[in-house]
Amino acid sequence: MMATTQTPSPSMKRRRRARQRRGALYLVLLVVGLAAPFVAYPVFLMKVLCFALFACAFNLLLGYAGLLSFGHAAFLATGGYVTGYLLSSHPALPPEVGILAGTLASLVLGLAFGALAIRRQGIYFAMVTLALAQMMFFFYIQAPFTGGEDGLHGVPRGHLFGLVDLSSNLAMYYFVFAVFVIGFAIIQRTVHSPFGQVLKAIRENEPRAVSLGYNVDAYKLLAFVISAGLAGLAGATKTLVFQLASLTDAHWHMSGEVILMTLLGGVGTLFGPLMGAGLVVSLQTQLAQSPLGNWVSVILGAIFVICVLSFRSGIVGEIDKIVRKNFK
Amino acid sequence: MTQEFVLETRGLTKEFRGFTAVDDVDLQIQEGQIHALIGPNGAGKTTVFNLLTKFLPPTRGEILYRGKPITGMRANEIARLGLVRSFQISAVFAHMTALENVRVALQRKLGTSFHFWKSEKSLEPLNERALALLEEVDLQDYADVLTVEMPYGRKRALEVATTLALEPTVMLLDEPTQGMGAEDVDRIVALIRRVSAGRTVLMVEHNLSVVSRLCDRITVLARGAVLAEGDYASVSADPRVREAYMGSETTSEEAEA
Repeated sequence: MMATTQTPSPSMKRRRRARQRRGALYLVLLVVGLAAPFVAYPVFLMKVLCFALFACAFNLLLGYAGLLSFGHAAFLATGGYVTGYLLSSHPALPPEVGILAGTLASLVLGLAFGALAIRRQGIYFAMVTLALAQMMFFFYIQAPFTGGEDGLHGVPRGHLFGLVDLSSNLAMYYFVFAVFVIGFAIIQRTVHSPFGQVLKAIRENEPRAVSLGYNVDAYKLLAFVISAGLAGLAGATKTLVFQLASLTDAHWHMSGEVILMTLLGGVGTLFGPLMGAGLVVSLQTQLAQSPLGNWVSVILGAIFVICVLSFRSGIVGEIDKIVRKNFK
Repeated sequence: MTQEFVLETRGLTKEFRGFTAVDDVDLQIQEGQIHALIGPNGAGKTTVFNLLTKFLPPTRGEILYRGKPITGMRANEIARLGLVRSFQISAVFAHMTALENVRVALQRKLGTSFHFWKSEKSLEPLNERALALLEEVDLQDYADVLTVEMPYGRKRALEVATTLALEPTVMLLDEPTQGMGAEDVDRIVALIRRVSAGRTVLMVEHNLSVVSRLCDRITVLARGAVLAEGDYASVSADPRVREAYMGSETTSEEAEA
């Protein structure tokens, strides 16, 4: 309204420049994303994008709400299993409906987990989420519709909107890319919304946020549910890509891996998880094919230790610092 | 009868595993006054504060706001009633600008605080009011500065501005001048006097010169119980207060100086 007519202060100008720079970066990334499948193997790229979305969802919680969930695998797996089961048992179902159902299931699970865990703080919150996720893991081993140890194989990719045949990897790639962009946009908007402001305030000083009249548990819960839903979306999409839903996604290793990706890339930065997921997935793929195959976990562990010890704000966080220092 | 008190406690008690931190405290805060809560370390002043603002649940006793019981309410609901507290350690949102700090307090009234699909730009209409509040505490030049980069005294002023944004009827200030140099103390005292117009202030304060300059009424706590109450002259003349709180004649003279 009227307030915007004031002369822009230097910091406003700086922020505007930062916004422009970010806009340009988005554009470049969009072009890269569209051109990528002609340079790299689409299935690999899809894997990166699925994990990147998963890590971005996780980062929304850790980086912007200050909540360390150690049970995010449950949401990834739930999205995957629900989508996989629905599409396998009802071949006529279009894939987008399957993915939406998987996302919805994770949202609901997130609401239940969140309601139980959100009252606890710090390490207790992490332990409660881990315990709940382990419960889901054992449930998925026993449940008849998951295929137990074998998992669900041969999930049909089907025709998107009944039109586009997703069995082509190129078509599938663009669909996954679109899903990622939508998911990323939701996170970006959430972070820069009135809700995001309150979330930031809670992360910075929770008692103060309470004393300003905010029911902080409700805000944390909403952040948790959004994060769980997007993790489910990532899992659902991944199931469609690999035509497979398996226990690997539900295992606590997966919850740990997403923490690794996020910290490596830079927690609390928008692009950090994307970078972290890309790096971890590439390393896993590369190392698995090399003679060092058995050492994947050790090498990733070593990288993690180096990252935590020497550059805590992660790759993107460090780049951010350098940019801020030199290009004000 | 009770209507003349904006805030009142009856038999307020808090026990921690057998240790009674606050013991049967009856407080009566009159509307429009600046009321100080003083006492030696460990007297239970901050605990009383936490009980009043529901950051701690009382073991026994009642809290009344304008005669109505509020004992069962939650901390954020107390804030919405108009009882807004500050903290001993400066409570600001460090990685937000001064303007954003105040705006976060203002934005709850917009009713869009759960709207994660709206742009931050929808908060910009609040900037004008936020700037006015910053001007009120002489912080207009810091509007776009990240709070973490502000000097300590300024952070405390920002806290006052953020509290004012809620248009509180009762401001509860927990040691507003703690850790400040003399110049900053003077600035905060002037600020509290200015913003207390038309409001009630309850403050915990160690600095007796601040108390003597500002406060209409003083309650002295010792070992969790009320020891004395009255204006500064009568309280500081009370021999029990001298013994329990000021310890010796010299310190009380220093305080009055």
